[in-house]
Amino acid sequence: MAEHVSSPKMYVMVFLALLVLTVITVAVAYQDLGAFNDIVALTIATVKALLVVLFFMHVKYSTRLTALTAVAGVFFLAILIAMTLNDYMSRGLVLPIPGK
Amino acid sequence: MASTAFDTHLHEGHHHPSMQHQFDSLEQQKESSTLGMWMFLVTEIMFFGGLFVSYVVYRTRFHGVFALASSALNWRLGALNTAVLIASSLTMAMAIWAAQMNRRKLIVVFLIITILLGSTFLVVKYFEYAEKFEHHLVPGPGFQLMGKTYSGFAPDPEHYSQLVGKTDQAQVFFSLYFVMTGLHALHMIIGIGVLTWLLFPSRKGKFDSSYYNPLECTGLYWHFVDLVWIFLFPLLYLLGAHIHH
Repeated sequence: MAEHVSSPKMYVMVFLALLVLTVITVAVAYQDLGAFNDIVALTIATVKALLVVLFFMHVKYSTRLTALTAVAGVFFLAILIAMTLNDYMSRGLVLPIPGK
Repeated sequence: MASTAFDTHLHEGHHHPSMQHQFDSLEQQKESSTLGMWMFLVTEIMFFGGLFVSYVVYRTRFHGVFALASSALNWRLGALNTAVLIASSLTMAMAIWAAQMNRRKLIVVFLIITILLGSTFLVVKYFEYAEKFEHHLVPGPGFQLMGKTYSGFAPDPEHYSQLVGKTDQAQVFFSLYFVMTGLHALHMIIGIGVLTWLLFPSRKGKFDSSYYNPLECTGLYWHFVDLVWIFLFPLLYLLGAHIHH
């Protein structure tokens, strides 16, 4: 199995895409879109993150075991965020909070 | 395929100087080191993840105050640092490309550019922190968000009134700002240290297309630190951009 070698041209393309996305995220932040500001900002950040992981970190060309490990990291982070918010956002919904 | 590699290993009686005994082939060795590095990065995701979770909890609670406090940060410097970090990721990737192409001298050149870009990031960060200390935006007894106007933070009186009695909430934002960017900066310093250490074997010509695992693993770490910043930039700097034009 020969090692995959990414071309400098592709790296520069990814670099330029990341710069353009940074400009877009700033431009969008200047508009008042209400709750959509956060959604758009996080979506752009996620796309940038995917570009870095797939091309700069070579996950696109790595073994499935390595890719699975990367996905597992994001998966555990999602559990952490979802379960924590599940607690914080539902406090007082079922039983009153003592002392409040 | 593995058995073929094992046979050549036995028959030749010697192997690549950078190959450890426990591996059948250089390929297997690279596979293992990459996987091991990713395992470490998973723990790093959880390390920063705790901070991101506290950010999410307080951002949902103190939504408006976070936006106002965020507008006290200089997004232009944040954007500049984003570009600097992305550029350093490009040069890091190019250092690995140089190794894959057996261009030994180019490895050193790209590593040095990466180190310089990483250092530029930290210098910009230093000026940002210094400005925050000057403007009493460091959480603690001297914290003061209102009644101060200076370039970069001048919300209209209507927005000032929203902040009355909410200094504590603004301090939470700045606590998260300092801890998250501080931990990120610490990772940058460690990364620059490792890259500097890699200059020595690179100069000696230790890395080429057959073996460059230390470059690959350091690259993974460097790109990960870039990734964290990609999320920190919009979450910390851009929340209040639409408030003051």
